[in-house]
Amino acid sequence: MAHRLEIGNRKGVRDVRGESVKERAASILGLRLGAVRTRTVYKIDAKLAPRELGAVRAAFQDGVMDVSAYGRLRAPAFDWLVEVGFKPGVTDNVGRTARVALGDILGRDLGPGEAVYTATQYFIRAPAADREAIMGLAVNLLANTLIQTVSLFSAGEWRAAEPDLGAPAVCAAGPAEVRTYDLNVPDGELMRISRDGILSCSLEEMRAIRDYFNSPGTREARAALDLPPLPTDVEVECLAQSWSEHCKHKIFAANVDYTDERGRRRMIRSLFASFIKAATEKLSGELDWMVSVFKDNAGIIRFNDRLNLVYKVETHNSPSALDPYGGAMTGIVGVNRDPMGTGMGASLLANVWGYCLASPFHDGEVPAGLMHPRRIRDGVHLGVIEGGNQSGVPWARGWEIFDERFLGKPLVFCGTVGVIPARIGGAPSEQKAAAPGDAIVMIGGRIGKDGIHGATFSSAELNEASPVQAVQIGDPITQRKMYEFLIEARDLGMFRSVTDIGAGGLSCSVGEMGASSGGADLDLALAPLKYEGLMPWEILLSEAQERMTLAVPQERVQGLLALARRRDVDAAVLGTFNDSGAFVIRHGRRVVGRLDMEFLHGRCPVMTIPATWAPGNIPGPELPRKGRRDRLLLRLLGSVNGCSREFKSRQYDAEVKGLSVLKPYVGALADMPSDASVMRVEYGRNEGVILAEGVNPFYSDLDPYHMVTSVADEAVRRVISVGGRLGHIAGLDNFCWPDPVLSDRNPDGPFKMGQLVRANEALYDVCIAYKVPCISGKDSCKNDSTRGGREISVPPTVLFSTIARMDDVRNAVTLGFKTPGDVIYVIGSTRPELGASLFYRMLAAEQGRPMDYGGEAPKVDFAGALALYHAMEQATGGAFLRSSHTPALGGLAAALAHSALGGRLGAEVDLSRAPAERVSSDDEILFSESNSRFVVSVAPNHCETVENLFSGLPFGRIGVVTGTCRLQIRGLDGRTAIDAPLDALSKAFKETLHGV
Amino acid sequence: MASRLPVLILTGFGLNCEAESRYAWERAGAAPELVHLNDLLAAPGRLMDFQALMFIGGFSFGDHMGSGHVLALRLRHRVRDALRAFLDRERLVMGVCNGFQTMVKLGLLPGFDGDYFTQKMAMAANDCGVFQNFWVNVRFERESPCVFTRGLTSMPLPIRHGEGKVFALDRAILERVEREHCVACRYADPATGDAARRFPHNPNGSLNAIAGLCDPSGRVFGLMPHPEAFLFPENRPNWDARRLSDALPGEGDGLQIFRNAVEFMR
Repeated sequence: MAHRLEIGNRKGVRDVRGESVKERAASILGLRLGAVRTRTVYKIDAKLAPRELGAVRAAFQDGVMDVSAYGRLRAPAFDWLVEVGFKPGVTDNVGRTARVALGDILGRDLGPGEAVYTATQYFIRAPAADREAIMGLAVNLLANTLIQTVSLFSAGEWRAAEPDLGAPAVCAAGPAEVRTYDLNVPDGELMRISRDGILSCSLEEMRAIRDYFNSPGTREARAALDLPPLPTDVEVECLAQSWSEHCKHKIFAANVDYTDERGRRRMIRSLFASFIKAATEKLSGELDWMVSVFKDNAGIIRFNDRLNLVYKVETHNSPSALDPYGGAMTGIVGVNRDPMGTGMGASLLANVWGYCLASPFHDGEVPAGLMHPRRIRDGVHLGVIEGGNQSGVPWARGWEIFDERFLGKPLVFCGTVGVIPARIGGAPSEQKAAAPGDAIVMIGGRIGKDGIHGATFSSAELNEASPVQAVQIGDPITQRKMYEFLIEARDLGMFRSVTDIGAGGLSCSVGEMGASSGGADLDLALAPLKYEGLMPWEILLSEAQERMTLAVPQERVQGLLALARRRDVDAAVLGTFNDSGAFVIRHGRRVVGRLDMEFLHGRCPVMTIPATWAPGNIPGPELPRKGRRDRLLLRLLGSVNGCSREFKSRQYDAEVKGLSVLKPYVGALADMPSDASVMRVEYGRNEGVILAEGVNPFYSDLDPYHMVTSVADEAVRRVISVGGRLGHIAGLDNFCWPDPVLSDRNPDGPFKMGQLVRANEALYDVCIAYKVPCISGKDSCKNDSTRGGREISVPPTVLFSTIARMDDVRNAVTLGFKTPGDVIYVIGSTRPELGASLFYRMLAAEQGRPMDYGGEAPKVDFAGALALYHAMEQATGGAFLRSSHTPALGGLAAALAHSALGGRLGAEVDLSRAPAERVSSDDEILFSESNSRFVVSVAPNHCETVENLFSGLPFGRIGVVTGTCRLQIRGLDGRTAIDAPLDALSKAFKETLHGV
Repeated sequence: MASRLPVLILTGFGLNCEAESRYAWERAGAAPELVHLNDLLAAPGRLMDFQALMFIGGFSFGDHMGSGHVLALRLRHRVRDALRAFLDRERLVMGVCNGFQTMVKLGLLPGFDGDYFTQKMAMAANDCGVFQNFWVNVRFERESPCVFTRGLTSMPLPIRHGEGKVFALDRAILERVEREHCVACRYADPATGDAARRFPHNPNGSLNAIAGLCDPSGRVFGLMPHPEAFLFPENRPNWDARRLSDALPGEGDGLQIFRNAVEFMR
């Protein structure tokens, strides 16, 4: 029985947590509550002497603000009590820290069975609410029942009950068991094995696995190790993880049988090789700064003579759907490990995030088993906020896109930029390889049942049977300790290779690192566990967080382990790398698996996927009558996709490290989103890095080709806008697609695959045209959800992220107008490209046909854009621009509003003087989202220089910055189209998501 | 030049402002050294090798039992004597954000009557209920004996915390803090210079708009805003517009706090 310590606030101390519950219950659930008081409960499962009890109580509570008691603390007046605790085995970070504190207070090391568990009590005044309503509050707001337990008491029930002294310890199961699979069965049975075991293997893969184990060579090698004739669960699971879509990117590696819109058919051998890698390879001859691309955990580019930059963006969609907080936290903390595991290990410089979600204001039905999008959004934000802030990595970019098609599965993008010395210990830092004889060392957290089957699960659609264990909860502090230790050990030359332990756990991490030496011998019984009772295959597959694998020369092992102890980091030798050609897995003295490295990494069958592409025909919305557009602009700025995200963004730390130059929010009141972010990389030097991105899944509905060129152009022109230069920009591609593989359950697979082909063709074209190579990327191709009989698939989405070098950060340019009298120019042509624009989508939604936003898609004229971008480089390089902003959602109208708000200055402009092609209406010139444009302002004394720079290019002097605090825009016929006070623009832009 | 003054910057367990803090001390002319908490625990006497000790920002032990709570507990149990001796020799202690929270929980601040190990005040959750990061205007109190803030009037600094509300249940404590001028700086309305009562100028609801405290000697100082995050003029929001009217200074305002400390130690 545990000692139960309840801690609450003294009278006179605000209960902010309780107030927040009350507020959110009203605003999210429409449930009116009286006062909510909260308590923290520590269940101390340790032997404490009577005199120790008092010391522990005094030390656990705050000496000024708290009151506490063992057993029960006097309750406040309440009608209902909800107590939320963790299920056994779920990461309880507070409990773990409390255990550390307990050791300090007692002055002794705690035994392995001694632990502290936490719970939270909510004492609720709600005389009118019934049990069902409070249970609804508990499961929809206070707890996630996948990972947490809920106890609900009325006041009377609570008085009658005994205090809960139970501790949610994991009860150890029986001894380690190894099962075998009989794969010599009919095809139907093979597929049942794959499905039931969450192996996510195709029939062809199951057959390949079966045939491998039936081959005489395999039989002989396995028999020599006393393995049974049938494959073990360890072996089959290891193969399934290593061959998962998540790890092997089988869709991007597949042969594609493609028929285009004219009926021409051709075979494409691997989208990745044919388009993404091909473009990068073609550019590698011209660009000398690519150091390592596509082969490590993240891409590496040169920053200067001494430093390289590392960048990776990941998605963490499925876990975030099940447990938004834990899933998203794992997303950010997990992607931090990519730079940490790249080359010899990079330091972390900045985080980026972006989410595609259903609107938090969604008032339609939510399919059974899915969470309301507001709850998903709140959880995802909080997970990345806490994960990023606690890791001490500033955020540099963040964005959100809302669409109902993300109701089934949110897309959660998290990325991290790292920095690594170009040479470490005299050798290029990107080179690493485990040598035969090196020790396999696992560092960081311990292994539990968390995150088992993550790699295969994310390679399948979400449904009611999705596994609970697929959810992990991150512990940023454990990772921070490991991170500091890793960099210290790196600089001491203690290891030869490093990689992350992510999807697939040790099976993938050791399996991949072993490929460089040619084999590995791993003993699972040596792995530090969170609790007993894990089966060998579970130890191998667990995706318990905060772990990395090192290859350590034998003579450095003791030194490394000693340093780990000094830094309070778990580290354990799990075996050795060798060149035997096999991955041998033991559990103590027994061999539980053996796989040929060559089969594991080289024999995953290649799929052939049919694909067809034909453009759809989507109707457009009805256009409003001619006239003023003041209110329309306000509605656009206030629309959920057009409005400010500052409220949530302010909860992320953008300042840690003190290197920021252009933060995510800029302008006179620091409340306008920047086109791109700029930061220094080193203290005391003025070189810097620029980060930007483009994402717009709506254009995919018209043509994924133009979607990709548009988002890539946006990501590039944002860099140009703040002062970056072509030739120094690298890209990252993140594809999130609905399942494009044809099957009985996915009859329109070929169309989605056709969309994927279009998108890849576009990516090749735009990368080559702009000389922006993709240095890293990720694809996630199973973003579908079937719940309550309803299938929801995400729209094809590509996030294109850019990273660029800036020679002198002091030349950075922001979007806000600076001084009355400055001249405003529009650079780049506007075309009547309103299809899928924010404007059309808003009209369509208002007209009750939300998908009817068809029309001409924005295209990219590469040659025209290049000429403009080179001229822009001259303009920013010479410090001739007072402001620069690139229009995107909402077109020129929104862009002018942003620049006016950025300076809190007015503007008087005439859009008939803006460069345009085929444009015939004010709505087109105001709201078209044509690519490759800028709105800039220039001091009068620099106008001539700037006009000379852009002579012969589409360029128009449209007006001046004013001190009037009004945005006045004249349309094509010279009449006022918009005349709005800045206060109204600001209110519209900032109000929608404020407090949400 | 005289030998540089050694400053100990405590690191580890989730603290995370070590890089910029080290740079700040270096720029100010000191010789900072990052020392992992475990290395200090193993040899607390090392503290005496230093002229100043800095508790940096971050999330020590994840702030899991309250910000700075577990770090304060550990220091109280395992480094108390060394800290006591360090303070007795009139050396400097500075804390920022998590470091300030730790100092308040430990009792280093306000440190009345030389009692540095009894918690008198508290760091409560921000009134707004969530972590916040934005820039505030900090006003330095002229009557304060704080050696770090001598000669300073005001500066913009970023705040980034979830539990930054300086709080006391006992009014007498608050009155004494004011009487002995232990309030080194406050959140102030940039337009009027008055102590800010409300969000956002007072970002957390801190009583008397307290942003930072010192002990009556002025040698022990902590604050919630981050001077080490304003070492470059470009850190400040809207710097690119400001440069149109005034040439940007060569360095960020925050550096002056570190310079003052180095100046005092000389």
